Amino acid sequence: MIESAAAFYEVEEVEMRQAYASTLLELAKQNPNIIALEADLMSSISTNKIQGQIPGQLINCGIMEANMMGVAAGLALTGKIPFLHTFAQFATRRAFDQLFVSGGYARLNLKILGSDSGVTAEHNGGTHMAFEDMGLVRLIPNAVVYEASDSTMLSYLLRKISSEYGVHYIRTMRKAAVKIYNSGETFEEGKGKILREGGDVTIIASGIMVAEALKAADILRNHGVRATVADMYSIKPIDEELIIKLARKTGAVVTAENHNVIGGLGSAVAEVLSEHCPTPLRRIGVREQFGQVGKTEYLKEVYNLAAKNIAEAVRELKPY
Amino acid sequence: MSQTITEMELLRDKIRLKTLKELHHLGFGHYGGSLSIVETLAVLYGGVMKIDRANPKWEERDYFILSKGHGGPAYYAALAMKGFFAEEVLYTLNQNGTSLPSHPDRNLTPGVDMTTGSLGQGISVAVGVALSHKLSGKSNSTYCIVGDGELNEGQCWEAFQFAAHHKLNHLSVLVDDNKKQLDGLTKDIIDPIDFAEKFNAFGFYTLKVDGSSIPEIYDAIKLGKSQIEKPVAIILDTIKGQGVPYLETKADNHHIRPNAKDEAAILEAIAELERSMERRITG
Repeated sequence: MIESAAAFYEVEEVEMRQAYASTLLELAKQNPNIIALEADLMSSISTNKIQGQIPGQLINCGIMEANMMGVAAGLALTGKIPFLHTFAQFATRRAFDQLFVSGGYARLNLKILGSDSGVTAEHNGGTHMAFEDMGLVRLIPNAVVYEASDSTMLSYLLRKISSEYGVHYIRTMRKAAVKIYNSGETFEEGKGKILREGGDVTIIASGIMVAEALKAADILRNHGVRATVADMYSIKPIDEELIIKLARKTGAVVTAENHNVIGGLGSAVAEVLSEHCPTPLRRIGVREQFGQVGKTEYLKEVYNLAAKNIAEAVRELKPY
Repeated sequence: MSQTITEMELLRDKIRLKTLKELHHLGFGHYGGSLSIVETLAVLYGGVMKIDRANPKWEERDYFILSKGHGGPAYYAALAMKGFFAEEVLYTLNQNGTSLPSHPDRNLTPGVDMTTGSLGQGISVAVGVALSHKLSGKSNSTYCIVGDGELNEGQCWEAFQFAAHHKLNHLSVLVDDNKKQLDGLTKDIIDPIDFAEKFNAFGFYTLKVDGSSIPEIYDAIKLGKSQIEKPVAIILDTIKGQGVPYLETKADNHHIRPNAKDEAAILEAIAELERSMERRITG
C-alpha cells in the first residue's frame, strides 16, 4: 500500500497533455533518435508548444493515421524511436491493421499515446469515443498496454518505454486527472499497485476509474465494508499474481474501467480469475453502447461508471 | 554501361527462371504479379542498389520494400541469385516452417527489409525509411514497388502526399502497371485513368517506361537521381505474367493452380529459359 497516496481527490495542476509534451521534450533532447509523430492534433496534446525546441524530431503527419503508423514503422526500421500520438480511436480502431501488421507483426518499436480515451472525449462524442482501444491492442501479440491514471504515472511510463523495445500503447485522458501519486513513485510493467487495503472486497480499476474506485471505497467504509483498491495500470501484461492474491484474500472482485467490459481490464481480470482462482466478479464498464457527447461527470452517470455504481456492484457480492 | 546492362539481363533471366521453378515446385502461387516485376528487380539488385549480402542489415545500404507483397516469389529469386541465401531455399517457398512465406517477412528472410502483404502499408514504411535518412542527413536510397491494383488503397495516396511534402528525393516509387488485379482488369474494377498524371499532380518527378526493358528502367532510375526536391515515380508499363508468352495471355493469371495445359506451358518456359541461359554462357 502506498502511504503517500493522495487522499482528497484533488485535480492535478499539470494536465496529462502537458505531462506528455514536457516529458517528450525531455526525452527528445536526451536522445536524437526519438521522433514524435502527430496527426494534426498537436494543439490538442500541447506538442505545438515544444515544436520549436526539437526541430526535426516532431513531425506533423497530417490527418493520415494509417500512413503515420507506416511512417513510424519506417523510422523504427532505421533505428529511430517513434512516439505517435492521436486520439485513442484513431490510434487503434482507425489504423488497426497498420498497427497490427507494420508494427506488431513486423516486430517494430512503436510508442503510442492514445488520448481522449472513453468518456474523456466529452464533446467530440460517439465518433471519437474509444471504449475498445485497450481490447484491440491487447489482441496484438507481445504488445504492452498501459492506462495512465495521473501525470506522475504518465511521465514515468513514457520515460520507461522510451528505452524498451516493442509496441507500447499508453491510454490516457488529455486534461487534468485526479492526483493519485506523489512524484518519485515508480511503476513496473505487469504490476498493479495497491492504493488502499481492506479485507472484504477488491476493487481493481484503471485510468480515471481509479479515483472512482477510491471514492467507492469511502462510500463502502461508511457501510462497514472494507475494500482493497488496486490501480491495474498495466493492462497487458497484467499482474496475475496480485489479482489472485487479492481474490483469495477478499473473496470478491469488482473491476472498473472507462472502456467496454469486453476486451479491456474487466476481461483481463476475468480471464485470470476463471483460469486460476474462480471468484465472484462484477465488471463496471460500458456495455453494448456507443459513445455520445457530454461532460465526463455526466457520461460517467450515463454509462454507470460513477463511484456509486462501483459501490452498488460490491453490494451484489457483499450485501451491506 | 553495356556491361552492366548485359549483367542485369542475365540476372533478369535467372530471376525469371527461378521464380517459375519455385512456383512450379510449390504447385501454385502468384505467377502473374511475380513475373511482371522481374525486370525491375534485376535492375535494382543487378545495377542500382547498394547492398551487402554478407551484411544484409548494413546501415549504409539502399532499402527495398516490396509493397505489393504477393510478388514475394520473384523477390526471393532475386535475393537468392544475389547470394543472400542458398538457391535450394527457394524450393521451400510456402512449405510448413519455411523462411519464404507467400508475403515477405523481414524477420524470416535474409535481405528482406520489411514485412509486407497487407496492401498499401509497405509504401508508408518506405516513406518512413526515406524520411528517417533525410532527418539524419544520410543519402541512402529507398526503392518501393507498388502494384497498380494496390493503388486502389487510400493509404498509398496518403503516403505519396507525405513523400512530396517532405521532399523525399531519395525515394523512388516503382509502379508495376500490369493492368490487372485479382478479379480482373484494373480499368474494369477501379479505373486508374492515368497514373502519370496523378503522380505529377501529387508532386512527384514522374517517368513512364517499358517495364520489360532493362535499359529503360535503368535509365529512368538513374534520371531520378537528379532530383533534389521531388520524390520519383516510375510508371512501369508491364504485363501480368511478363516474359512467359503463354502466361501473359492467360486471362486469369493472378494466382495460378496450373491445369495440364498450364503445366506444359510452364515447363516449356522453364526449359526455354534454361536453354537461353546455356547459350549465353557457352556463347
